[in-house]
Amino acid sequence: MRSIRVAVAATLIVSLTACGGATSGAGEDKPSDGAKATVNLAINPWVGYEANAAVIAYILEKKMGYPVEKKELKEEIAWQGFETGEVDAIVENWGHPDLKKTYIEDKKVAVEVGPTGNDGIIGWYVPEWMTQQYPDITDYKNLNKYANLFKTSESKGKGQFLAGDPSFVTNDEALVTNLKLDYTVVYSGSEASIIKAAQQATAQKKPLLFYFYEPQWLFAKEKYVRVKLPTYTEGCDKDPKKVACDYPDYVLDKIASKKFADANSTAYQFIKNFKWTNDDQNIVSDYLTNQGMDDDQAAEKWVNEHEATWKPWVPA
Amino acid sequence: MTPMIAVADLWKVFGPRAERVPGSALADLPRAELRARTGCLAAVRDVSFEVRPGEVFVVMGLSGSGKSTLVRCLTRLIEPTSGEISIGGEPVRAMTPKRLRDLRRRQVAMVFQHFGLLPHRQVLDNVAYGLEIQGVTKAERHRKATEMLALVGLDGQEHHYPDQLSGGMQQRVGLARALATDPEVLLFDEPFSALDPLIRRDMQAEVRRLHAEVGKTLVFITHDLAEALTLGDRIAVLRDGELVQVGTPEELVGAPVDSYVADFVRDVPRSDVLTLRWIVRDPAPGELVEDVPLPHGTVIRDAVHRVMRAERPIQVVDGEKRLGVIDADQMLAALVSHHRQVPA
Amino acid sequence: MSAPTLTRPGGRVLEKAAEADAPRRGGATRRRTAGTVLIVLAVVAYLVFRTDGAPDSDDAAAFRFFDSVRDWVDANRDTSPFFLYGINYVRLGVRLLVDVVQAGLYGLGFAGLVAAVSAIALVLAGWRTGLLAFLGFLAFGVLGLWDESVDTLVLTLSAVLLSVLIGVPLGVLAARVRWVGATLRPVLDVMQIMPTFAYLAPMTLLFLIGEPAAVIATMIYAVPATIRITALGISEVPPTAVEAATALGSTRWQLLSKVRLPMARTTLALAVNQTIMLALSMVVITALIDAPGLGQNIVNALERVNVGAAFNAGVAIVILAVVLDRITTNAARQTRIHHARRSRLIQTGIAIVVVIAAALVTINPESLPQWSAAAPVNDLVGWIELHWFDATEGIKNRVSEFLLNPLESVLVTTPWWLFVAAVAAFGTLVSGWRAALIAALSAAGIAGLGLWQHSMQTLATVLVAILLTMVIGVSVGVFCARHDRLATAVRPVLDAAQTMPSFVYLLPAVALFGNSRFTAIVAAIIFAVPPVVRLVERGVRDVPPTVVEAALSAGSTPRQLLWKVQLPMARGGLLLAANQGIVMVLAMVVVGGLVGAGALGYDVVAGFSQRELFGEGLAAGLAIVLLGILLDRLTQGFHDSKGPRR
Repeated sequence: MRSIRVAVAATLIVSLTACGGATSGAGEDKPSDGAKATVNLAINPWVGYEANAAVIAYILEKKMGYPVEKKELKEEIAWQGFETGEVDAIVENWGHPDLKKTYIEDKKVAVEVGPTGNDGIIGWYVPEWMTQQYPDITDYKNLNKYANLFKTSESKGKGQFLAGDPSFVTNDEALVTNLKLDYTVVYSGSEASIIKAAQQATAQKKPLLFYFYEPQWLFAKEKYVRVKLPTYTEGCDKDPKKVACDYPDYVLDKIASKKFADANSTAYQFIKNFKWTNDDQNIVSDYLTNQGMDDDQAAEKWVNEHEATWKPWVPA
Repeated sequence: MTPMIAVADLWKVFGPRAERVPGSALADLPRAELRARTGCLAAVRDVSFEVRPGEVFVVMGLSGSGKSTLVRCLTRLIEPTSGEISIGGEPVRAMTPKRLRDLRRRQVAMVFQHFGLLPHRQVLDNVAYGLEIQGVTKAERHRKATEMLALVGLDGQEHHYPDQLSGGMQQRVGLARALATDPEVLLFDEPFSALDPLIRRDMQAEVRRLHAEVGKTLVFITHDLAEALTLGDRIAVLRDGELVQVGTPEELVGAPVDSYVADFVRDVPRSDVLTLRWIVRDPAPGELVEDVPLPHGTVIRDAVHRVMRAERPIQVVDGEKRLGVIDADQMLAALVSHHRQVPA
Repeated sequence: MSAPTLTRPGGRVLEKAAEADAPRRGGATRRRTAGTVLIVLAVVAYLVFRTDGAPDSDDAAAFRFFDSVRDWVDANRDTSPFFLYGINYVRLGVRLLVDVVQAGLYGLGFAGLVAAVSAIALVLAGWRTGLLAFLGFLAFGVLGLWDESVDTLVLTLSAVLLSVLIGVPLGVLAARVRWVGATLRPVLDVMQIMPTFAYLAPMTLLFLIGEPAAVIATMIYAVPATIRITALGISEVPPTAVEAATALGSTRWQLLSKVRLPMARTTLALAVNQTIMLALSMVVITALIDAPGLGQNIVNALERVNVGAAFNAGVAIVILAVVLDRITTNAARQTRIHHARRSRLIQTGIAIVVVIAAALVTINPESLPQWSAAAPVNDLVGWIELHWFDATEGIKNRVSEFLLNPLESVLVTTPWWLFVAAVAAFGTLVSGWRAALIAALSAAGIAGLGLWQHSMQTLATVLVAILLTMVIGVSVGVFCARHDRLATAVRPVLDAAQTMPSFVYLLPAVALFGNSRFTAIVAAIIFAVPPVVRLVERGVRDVPPTVVEAALSAGSTPRQLLWKVQLPMARGGLLLAANQGIVMVLAMVVVGGLVGAGALGYDVVAGFSQRELFGEGLAAGLAIVLLGILLDRLTQGFHDSKGPRR
């Protein structure tokens, strides 16, 4: 297989010189024989995504006989992968109208493959104990009153608002400015460190105001309450600098590369059919995070217990 | 007879815009002043000499006198600033790079103070290097190299690496390497000054032997007067880049042109170098002499016995010509005079 | 004049060093007064002109410019001849190289590759190294990281091949052709102070994501060392040998191939060694732009704060680093020993047969007994978090409160022009006006990029980190210099620490301190202390024994000896350590953006993970480079060594 790839690449270079330049997708063509080609799944950096990918990869590999390659990529980079041929599918996409415009409409290297069945919610949260102690804290208008509670070593004398991974799309800095909040946005660097901070906040009753989202396994274990921001209206987040409203609700969907979709393999059809609930995802996420299982073990457990859910996804 | 090497008006000036110095007023400045005025260093100043085929020509001077620069100018290892050089009648400065390389490959070889051996090659391949770069086949160059190693007395050391040999042996390798290409001229740049005195003497003997056997033209650089006197047919004394005197050892010791040379040769035992012609006196009128005269080329020391035992002065002759006579007085003067007790 | 003529090396350099040293002695008191005046002036100016430290706009002109560059590239990637005939071919060529290397390594199979690496180690570096390589590569299988390790090896080797192909000829030219050397020097200087992070975004812009971009980024990171050390090796070839070969009529090419290169081969082997080590540490980081291998495991584990999983990958990286390092250093050492050719031939022959036989055997690495450190390490981390939480949190808060925050708020509220002026003034005082000019221009450039606040935050973190690094490094270094037994014990630890890729150092820091700026500081300290210790120790040990003897015979106490003799005389070593340390610290603090250190490092990561932030990310990368140049130039005056860094 690899030697074929080498040969293909070599001949490509020669032939391309003859007929005028190399495009960005050159050299990425897969051998188009009847064998089941490797499915390249992007893995975005949050556990819910990983749960989707774990189950999809498990069924593709173990039940359908496809080789699967998982690639740890941040969202934007995963989209670039459609262009280079490094990525066949993204299996939990949060909105990204700009990327859709670039890669689906303009470059025509990707296509939408329908919702995952999960509803996405992004918001500002505090641990439940705080709402008992400070009942009015769940309204953003009162946040300044409590800013002192949230001071940390990182927050420059203001209250700390804890955000996550740099690759997440957020409006938090704009919101802090535009809502005139006395807070500093501090980036923890990853989903896992937000979760850790949240757990500590609950366990040790430490104040914490943070960026969080559903579906999310943690909600099944501990309670966190969303802070009310000005209601989202269509288009209120159009100018990222002037945002002063809450995050919209997302319908999470799947994206595939054009090439992968056009080949219309059973793997593609399977990914197209994939659809489950937030609860399903939270179960697998919990396996992954708290039960010490790796991707395959977690997926195997869920697949064994939910045959009725996934059987219909597999094309006959 | 055409000289093997002829050097005329040779200048080497280091520094910025060096080419303006020779032939201008700057050329007459003393070294230090030239340096202060222009930042240039005149290493070789207006040097001319000729080397005859088969001759051993020694260039002698203190360190910094420009002798190493001079010898490197001969094959343009250092590019001369001005002047003429010819080797075997062919002007060297006009040579194309290719012809110059050819000269270095076939006609002129060099032996260096610090040997310049290639540490990553065995002795055999070091000696064969010159042939290798000429494209000689491996078998042929190894045969020749083995032969050369035998000639310098290194049989059986072929497969050692240079750093496994003593300094003297390394320099023998250097010598063999220079001989391997069968050049007409051998240049020696202070080849033995890095060696221990005993080994140095061996090596000097070796050079004399080789010169007798292979009869090449030798240009030999040294700062060691004894070495110069032992080896040289003629000696050139260099000082601050200028040629002070060229002559046979005898001429240098017997008739130094200035105090510099005189100072140089001051410690030389005159009786070892000078011949009888340097100490003859005119016979007194009616003076009786020994029957058998001495030839004028006899070194003083070799005549001591006869002169001291003779009852009368002995005549010194050049063929038929009578140069004068010597007796014990001249002898004794010559034997003690080389040590001036009082500084001049 | 085209026949090879000889020049005398060395003379100029000495002269220059002497010049640079001369004025410093005389003006010491004057400089001290000037320094005091400047400090007072700066404080007054700061108090008068202090700003409120408003956050950076996210819409600076520079960001828009970079965004427009990105848009142009995106739009023209498949149409512009620059890409069609240039960049895209480079990408294809590198991909071909990677595929060939990959096909080769995977083609050998598990048993074949283990045998091949062991055999190479055996033949090149002796049986001890062979055994080490054998066990090391088996360990990849045992850790369950075989494929990842091989992928990392593939990328490393590809990048090293490229670096050698490009770097060795350039190094030779730099050593032999004056203008090439003079042109390359500043370029290499900048390349070497460029933190790894700054490369990534431009790489993805030109070469997209994936192995080719990763290999090229790695090559850019590693090739300065290849060039520098090659040039050093070539220029160190004894002139006598070259002269002798010239006198025998060698052509230029013969001089190079038969004299210079073979005589520099020990140094060349060292160049390859350094190239491999640098490449390995960079390859791990390129996981961020979709390079496969162990870096993926580490990135993944960092995102999940799963220190145990990262530990496994870290162990594999360290093993790979140690094996490659030992093979190449010992091979370099062996080049000095003369072997009988025949025994070598026989060894090689047997090795080849064994490798071929092993390649035919199919062993699945997963069938080896498996072992993982993940669970125990995670337990340990859990325990530490539980029991040490107050202590670690205390240290973190203390440092943040009393060092980091005050410094950061001063820097952040300093108007940019005052900062530039201060840099220029102090730079002139410390490093001369030329260095000061470059440093001041860099500072102005940072302001022009529109990332002033973030740059100053990063700078504050860097300064605190370098302060702590120097305190720790100097104490340990001095201690080692005065206690031989301790030094012997510490040396292997330093050796190991210097072979590890920088990424690995994030792990213990994260385990202890969670995600914060202080985490980045801790990682930077762990990263930079070993070389500082080394330089300080050498500096103190290099103090001539006669001086020490004289001081002792005058009746100095050990403390007086240290403060009045050894430390002042080791000044050069200390300052060099500060210069090297500061560049390493900057590189690490920026990587700390991945673990909550924010500021420029965060901007870079955000830049290549979010489309809207691309311009800002690229600007941040540039700001990091400028910050690096600024810090390097300001401390450059401390020493005048132009030798290879790191």
